[in-house]
Amino acid sequence: MLILFLSSCAPRTAQGEAVPVAASTSIQNKGSDTIVNLALRWAEAYQELHPDVRISVTGGGSGTGIAALIDGTVDIANASRSMKKEEIEAARARGIEPVEHVIARDAIAVIVNPGNPVNQLTLEQISLIYQGKINNWREVGGEDRPIVRLSRETNSGTHVYFLEEVIRLGQKDNKALFSRDTLLLPSSEGIITEVRDNPNAIGYDGLGYVTPEVKVLAVAKTADGPYVLPSVETVNSGAYPISRDLYMYTQKGAGPAVQEYLNWLLSPEAQKIVLELGFVPVQP
Amino acid sequence: MENTSQRSEWVINLLIKVSGYSSILFVTLILIFLLREGLPALGVTPLSNLFGDRWYPIESYFGILPLLFGSLVVTLGALLIAIPFGIGTSVFISEIAPPWVNSVVKPLIEILAGLPSVVLGFLGIQVAAPLFREAFNLPTGLSAFTGAVLLALIATPTIVSITEDALNTVPPAYRQAALALGATKWQTIWGVTVPAARSGILTAIMLGIGRSIGETMAVMMVTGNAPVLPHGLNALVMPVRTMTATIASEMGEVANGSPHYQVLFFIGIVLFVISLGINIAASWVSLRSKTRAERVLS
Repeated sequence: MLILFLSSCAPRTAQGEAVPVAASTSIQNKGSDTIVNLALRWAEAYQELHPDVRISVTGGGSGTGIAALIDGTVDIANASRSMKKEEIEAARARGIEPVEHVIARDAIAVIVNPGNPVNQLTLEQISLIYQGKINNWREVGGEDRPIVRLSRETNSGTHVYFLEEVIRLGQKDNKALFSRDTLLLPSSEGIITEVRDNPNAIGYDGLGYVTPEVKVLAVAKTADGPYVLPSVETVNSGAYPISRDLYMYTQKGAGPAVQEYLNWLLSPEAQKIVLELGFVPVQP
Repeated sequence: MENTSQRSEWVINLLIKVSGYSSILFVTLILIFLLREGLPALGVTPLSNLFGDRWYPIESYFGILPLLFGSLVVTLGALLIAIPFGIGTSVFISEIAPPWVNSVVKPLIEILAGLPSVVLGFLGIQVAAPLFREAFNLPTGLSAFTGAVLLALIATPTIVSITEDALNTVPPAYRQAALALGATKWQTIWGVTVPAARSGILTAIMLGIGRSIGETMAVMMVTGNAPVLPHGLNALVMPVRTMTATIASEMGEVANGSPHYQVLFFIGIVLFVISLGINIAASWVSLRSKTRAERVLS
């Protein structure tokens, strides 16, 4: 938070301009709420190494960050999904050529209340639950309770990823949607709070946000199993089915300060922070 | 000397006039902006989609009906709580309570009016929602009802302060006459004082509605934001998504000029029209009662 405050006070330099070494450089970084904590920690660590660089980090969702990149108001957009075709076209129409960088990996944990006896689900069961075709925990081996579906808002990259890879099971021609009565909560914390308090709830969240107060379900690709819990090992081996890359987008021809920062993000030192926050480092 | 004071008077006059007329200017500019950004939605998005029953903008479903009814359900629920509560409180303050109680209650209501709604929303998530879920055995506490309770807390101070003003302007002679005719205190309040302050109370209710339908943050935090078209009375305890929460949570992601952007502004127009209607109704009510009072006096 302090960094946010400090950097917003720092003088801003025009984008893409060559900046003299002595003056402070400012990097605007905005987007995915999944990545925001990681980006803040990175910014903090990087500014300690390079006191002349000011990095300001804000959240708001992947869509928000990408929209800001297209509008040219940020240097780096954080996104927990890759850019859509329309977004790339919109950027090009404004003369911005987006460049994609994979900076970490994330597993989406499917979470329930600790009091819920259900320990594992298949992808198909999760899909049917979120489509509104399974409405009682009894149908998946739990108690006789209604299922309350929780999701992030539609501007969240996690929402879009979950729709495409879980609800639609990764099938391009599948037009299934979230059930209408899915609660759309504005933050990851909101989902954790409701799942912690409500024994009827099912939710999903980036592994980095999951606290010990909720129960993580083991997920299987097919009914034959194996049921796998999300972790660094299972994500990197590909055994856990719901994992994704996390991205930063810049524009082609971004200033040297931005390039240097992005190079540093892939260093072992920066990737150690990834691990500390519960995400999965990118393998070198 | 004479000249300077005249000139300064002229400047002050002008400043006062400018600030007076500026409100007209601002409202007009806002309206023009809303219409310019929002009306194209009618041309771009087919009406059957725009007034459909499904809101899922990332797949181009722009049905605003669930949002409209969501706002109405929450506002209605809030009024069912806030009107009796607010009128009761103001009757208590202006007719019954001893001065020392008033000196405690009135500042407390002012504090309630000044509470940021995000703080109420936070209490709603952490305390009210789990409480209501267990008390009423609901699937989830993030529902229209929780939103209505918070909105009632937000609308009550508005209703109380205006109703209290209205009760205070009822001439003391009315009360004295009623009491002299042998009416009890309760009969005087219910049969004479409150009806005499009717138009002020109606204005209070109208402004309470305006306050509720425009509230965003608290509602967004506790109503669950599920765009479900309500079926029947149990909609009051189910999750809903309001118009204001939709604009607030989606405005940040839309690209300027996209159909989604236009529809969000169209929702803004709908909200503007609703609050305009409420304000017109409120001033019509108070105007009508004023002319009647003039008739009686003449």
